[in-house]
Amino acid sequence: MSASENVAIPATIPQAVPARRGMPAWQVALVVLGGLVVAIAPAFVLESFPLFQLTMAVIMGLAVLGLNMVTGFNGQISLGHGAFFALGAYATAILMSHLDWSFWATLPFSAAVCGVVGYGIGFPALRLGGLYLALTTFSLAVAVPQILKHKSIEDWTGGVQGLFLVKPDAPAWMPGALTPDQWMYFVAVGVAGVCFLLCWNLIRGRIGRALMATRDHQTAAEAMGMDTATLKTRAFAVSAMVTGIAGSLSAVAVEFVAPDSFSLMVSITLFVGMVVGGVASILGSLFGGLFVLFVPNIAEAISKAAPGVIYGILLIAFLFILPDGFAGLLRRIAGRLRGRG
Amino acid sequence: MDGFAHQIIAGIATGGIYASVALALVMIYQATHHVNFAQGEMATLSTFIAWSMVEAGFPYWVAFAATVMLSFLIGVLVERLLMRPVQNAAVLTHVGVFIGLLLIVGNMTGWIFGYTTKVYPSPFTSSGPLMGGLISAHELGSTAVTLVVLTLVFLFFRYTSLGLAMRAAAYNPRSARLVGIRVGWMLALGWGLAAAIGAVAGMMVAPVVFLDPSMMTGILLYAFAGALIGGIDNPLGAVIGGFAVGVLENLAGAYVVGTELKLTVALAIIIGVLVIRPSGLLGRVVTSRV
Repeated sequence: MSASENVAIPATIPQAVPARRGMPAWQVALVVLGGLVVAIAPAFVLESFPLFQLTMAVIMGLAVLGLNMVTGFNGQISLGHGAFFALGAYATAILMSHLDWSFWATLPFSAAVCGVVGYGIGFPALRLGGLYLALTTFSLAVAVPQILKHKSIEDWTGGVQGLFLVKPDAPAWMPGALTPDQWMYFVAVGVAGVCFLLCWNLIRGRIGRALMATRDHQTAAEAMGMDTATLKTRAFAVSAMVTGIAGSLSAVAVEFVAPDSFSLMVSITLFVGMVVGGVASILGSLFGGLFVLFVPNIAEAISKAAPGVIYGILLIAFLFILPDGFAGLLRRIAGRLRGRG
Repeated sequence: MDGFAHQIIAGIATGGIYASVALALVMIYQATHHVNFAQGEMATLSTFIAWSMVEAGFPYWVAFAATVMLSFLIGVLVERLLMRPVQNAAVLTHVGVFIGLLLIVGNMTGWIFGYTTKVYPSPFTSSGPLMGGLISAHELGSTAVTLVVLTLVFLFFRYTSLGLAMRAAAYNPRSARLVGIRVGWMLALGWGLAAAIGAVAGMMVAPVVFLDPSMMTGILLYAFAGALIGGIDNPLGAVIGGFAVGVLENLAGAYVVGTELKLTVALAIIIGVLVIRPSGLLGRVVTSRV
């Protein structure tokens, strides 16, 4: 695990970003407006099932963003982020079904719980690093369903049967009569949007640069005066928090949580989404979410095993051919076009 | 007291399986510093191949030998096709390729052979209870097979020139290349051996846990734990660790946490070892210069 290994990967070579001259205000307004239209339109165009799928894709994108914060930007490989996804989902489910909290009230609570647990896991992660962290988190992901099923917490978690929830209704002050599906979509997009903005803000500034410096060359980062231990544990906390919020959203969107929906496959799905969408890319996380939701649905038509096989093949293909994922591909195409124009 | 003795002996029997898989993991780790997350799935595929041969009417030991050889070839092939191109890439890429391999092999197994649980025959039968009913014929037989495999591996590395060349390639690839050892092929051979050892472990555990595509997931976890206890770069340590985990798991399952948390025991062992003594009991303490 010498530091030089970390430098070899093309995706992580820090690229000098040319200074932004800044777009004219009307262009910014156009982009924001276009983004809003693209985000809002599906709720009124799509039928309820495709809309639900899109909601889940946004949620998965948010979960992938969480993983990207620690693995992509900070280089701590986690194969167990499904555990935080499960933790967030269960926090919300337990509060809603046992204590009758409203969904919105559970959100900060679930974020806090996941953040604290992530921070706690960040400490042993400091000592492990690299491959060993991957191994430990992989084991955690395998053990999650078993832990959730355990008898001692059955009163809270509902054991094997799991817990049932109800989607929040659209508040009365909203114009027009929104169906719960439409409202759920807006909730997911809204919460995910805020999280994406916050993460983007974190990454583009001083802390983001420090996170990436720690990833690329820890010793050099330390020599430059960065507190790498603090950075790494906090990155883990933020990452767990974001993935946990995605878990909370998924619990209400699906209206059901059960141990077997949080198998190893969830963690692997998030990992695949990160690599395919783009390691260390904010927007790439969203592509990752769309990918992991829609590709298996298409593949399932061939065979029950097909999604897994296609995941595997695409994962390896991306690592071989496009190590910076879909976001990297777009970036390259955009660069080519700009170069020509 | 009889119950306790039985738990220990059953633990040694399953520990043999863990020891084999742990040894397979260490073989690959030693040579390339990769942890093969797909080791379990590869072993499951091998076991299914053996199963279909037995179903087709081949005698058990013929199927056994053919499977071991076929698995060896698969292992070599995987190294050549998938691992070699990313040899010098970052850890994240390796982990990704292993996860991809796990997904492909695991799901292909389910696709080809189906997800229904199958009964896999045991070659070991006995007419009466052994050792006063303390141990079943299969437990005794599989432990014996495991010990034979471990002895063969030891003899191979200790007394053959090929074994020596493989050790040299693992310890110091650059010097090994200078004295004319084909390091790349030594790594491929290591992968082949690991796959073959995994296949034996799969065929020995299948009669106990029954054959299905996710048969090895839990076992892989225990093998991780065993390899880490012994020191992940030490084959002997991995074997001892595997047996220790087998006994520990059985005792914990019977007297402490019950069967529902057995996987969590493995997780606890892994975290415990890594935090308290990362190099394991017999591993080398690695210090790196920066």
